[in-house]
Amino acid sequence: MKSSKASTYLQRFSIYIVLIAMFVACSLLSPYFLSANNLMNVARQLCVGILLAYAEMILIVSGFLDLSIGSVLALAGVLSVSTFKSTHSMLLALVVAFAVGVACNMINAVFVAQFDVPAFIATLGMQQVARGIALYYTGGANILQLGKYVKLGQGMVGKVPVPVIIVLCITVVVWYLFNHTRYGRNLYAIGGNRKAAEASGIDTRKNIFISYAIVGVLAGLAGAIFMARNNSGIPNGAVGYEMTGLTAAIVGGTSFSGGVGTVMGTVAGAFIIGFLENIMNLIGVNSYIQSIIEGAIIVLAVAFDIRSKNRKTTKQIMAVKDEKK
Amino acid sequence: MSEIKLRVEGIEKSFPGVKALSNISFTVRKGTVHALCGENGAGKSTLMKVLTGLYKADAGRIYIDEQPVEIRNPIQAREYGISMIAQELNYVSELSVEENLFMGRLPVNRFGKVDWKKVRREAIQFLEEEHLNYRPEQKLKTLTVSDIQMLEIIKAVTNNAQIVLMDEPTSSISEREVGLLFEKIRELKEKGVSIVYISHKMDEVFRIADDITVIRDGAVVSSDRAENLDIDTVIAHMVGRKMENVYPKEPVPIQDTVFEVKDFAAKGIFDNISFYARKGEIVGFAGLVGAGRTEVMRAIYGLDGKDTGKIFINGEEVSIKNPSDAIDKGLIMLSEDRKEYGLIPVRSVTENASLASLKNYFYGGRSHKRKEKKDVAEIFQKMNVKTPTLDTLISSLSGGNAQKVLLARWMLCNPQVMILDEPTRGIDVGAKFEIYKLMTDMVKEGKTIVMVSSELPELIGMCDRIYVMCQGLITGCLDKEEVTQERIMMLATGLLGKSQQKGA
Repeated sequence: MKSSKASTYLQRFSIYIVLIAMFVACSLLSPYFLSANNLMNVARQLCVGILLAYAEMILIVSGFLDLSIGSVLALAGVLSVSTFKSTHSMLLALVVAFAVGVACNMINAVFVAQFDVPAFIATLGMQQVARGIALYYTGGANILQLGKYVKLGQGMVGKVPVPVIIVLCITVVVWYLFNHTRYGRNLYAIGGNRKAAEASGIDTRKNIFISYAIVGVLAGLAGAIFMARNNSGIPNGAVGYEMTGLTAAIVGGTSFSGGVGTVMGTVAGAFIIGFLENIMNLIGVNSYIQSIIEGAIIVLAVAFDIRSKNRKTTKQIMAVKDEKK
Repeated sequence: MSEIKLRVEGIEKSFPGVKALSNISFTVRKGTVHALCGENGAGKSTLMKVLTGLYKADAGRIYIDEQPVEIRNPIQAREYGISMIAQELNYVSELSVEENLFMGRLPVNRFGKVDWKKVRREAIQFLEEEHLNYRPEQKLKTLTVSDIQMLEIIKAVTNNAQIVLMDEPTSSISEREVGLLFEKIRELKEKGVSIVYISHKMDEVFRIADDITVIRDGAVVSSDRAENLDIDTVIAHMVGRKMENVYPKEPVPIQDTVFEVKDFAAKGIFDNISFYARKGEIVGFAGLVGAGRTEVMRAIYGLDGKDTGKIFINGEEVSIKNPSDAIDKGLIMLSEDRKEYGLIPVRSVTENASLASLKNYFYGGRSHKRKEKKDVAEIFQKMNVKTPTLDTLISSLSGGNAQKVLLARWMLCNPQVMILDEPTRGIDVGAKFEIYKLMTDMVKEGKTIVMVSSELPELIGMCDRIYVMCQGLITGCLDKEEVTQERIMMLATGLLGKSQQKGA
């Protein structure tokens, strides 16, 4: 019994152990890794990815996903930037970013919740549509010279970058949602067994809409930060970022079969991916090879998740039988 | 007849930290039915898995026809003539009858191409032999569950099986089909096939079994000819104590009508459904599988739609469009399908228990998890739920304990009217007794229970009044004093006409 308890703990914290191991390995591999400059750089680069990881986690936990988030991010960012250029109002620019993000995701939600289109298909369609609109609107050209808008991505409050502060605030909000609201519980239940959740009086449709609305806000915010960091509105930017978000969430222990996942795990997952990308850059791994490695990781993470789940259930069944004796 | 077909000797099987089987020995005679009884978790399934090669025993021997054999995997088990009919059926509903029949052993020519002509020929011959009225190309999903079950059984037998293991084969078929199944089993016996029959249903075991072996906590408690045993003895062996009264029904004063359903109808499914239930009453719903009982309850609870019908609670008409409305009005339903409509397997017992009453623990923008844990712990104690911790995943509990957690989910809502659809399906005798006891407690507290069940003895034992349904209609209502299994069956099969309902 004792040994199985220890292994349960090991399993629960395995992601953090991996994170620490990763950190140690990285600092051994490159002397530059531990420098304040580099770490700050990693944090800044991770901001967009973490926001997307939260978005994907919210959806994966409840049994859905969003493949359109990279494109929606670009569309929201481009429109926001263009609003700023013509009005010079930061507030208005942010409102546009959120509104575009939420609008795109409401369309996703209508198809997923009302018409029962698989989220994979509905959001795959939106991926094309949003990217298309962004490119059409800009004529495919980047919008340059953002002026004060860049503060959102490059500004500092004291020694801390603005986007890091934003992401910290969002982290607290998302953590609170999952741990202290009925909505969070509903998500776990819907992802764990949708029919049972419905039979227990949970309005799944409503919750799907709320989830996609939150995802929309996160996409809009990520879009604004992304464009600000690059000091331009890039309609072709953030291609494939949905994969970054998915990978971070899944490496962080969010189960693709739904019902399981934690915010802290997702943060850890995002950092593992962030460190990995950073160290590969530092030691000069070819960027094509990087892509290969990242692709492999997502599959391995899911395989590991499924394997450990199978073993866990048998183990726990045994534990209960043990208890009975 | 006393020729021994299968001998199991000293089987041991341990999993890390627990001994699942210790020194299991028994013999199955040729052409007989050998029943294996035991509570859930007693080790029956593990034993079955050893016999079909899914698990490797740590020690012990298996003899077939007194020849020692080693069964390493299910394919070998099949070669030795051992065939298993699992509790949960394995079939592909999108495939045809013939494809399902020959699944995993489709005949191929030497180029690896499936010989469909041969499949069709054999399937037709086979369906004719078995007097089954379906076409081989029919998709399996067009058949009823019980048809599929019969097919599954027949499939197992046509594998040239000498030993057929049946794990709860009657858990999803009706009384009448049980009769058909038993006829089939008798036929098999005559052909010299041996059957190992696992069931919780004592009356069935005694109807069909020649020998009975009882397993408790991974060890054989008793093994004897059926004629030397009776139900009480077997149950006592299973639970390790004497069961005083199988149905702990207590007289509760029955008061005013609390719950009334009028003229419920859904085209082609059920029609003209009206009934009532009073405070302190347990009202039963009997009927064959497919009579429409579950469908009626689901429509009342707002899970499925209806065409017409009104619901009254405490004399007031209420509108229930979805389960959430129902819960608000004090009406809940425990679904017959624990897995599909009940359990959230990947979440803890606590989260599963509080799922329908989350508004009591999340309000004012905050969570009140301490209160949640306290309430759950209290109700678990009251209901005698056995769980290692409050954070244990519900999927690791036994069927009976999981069912109690689901009941706890509904009790935490403090409902007035509880619809319990097959509340004791697939759970062991001990847990059944506890659920009956809980039902008694609930009506004593002034709640009203509507209980749907396919087990007539439990309906008769627990209910004050029993409505009987047949083909979507209520064909009668029997009071406690006048109810017998025969009368219920007459109404359920439509033999006793559509008699008017009793009472007012």
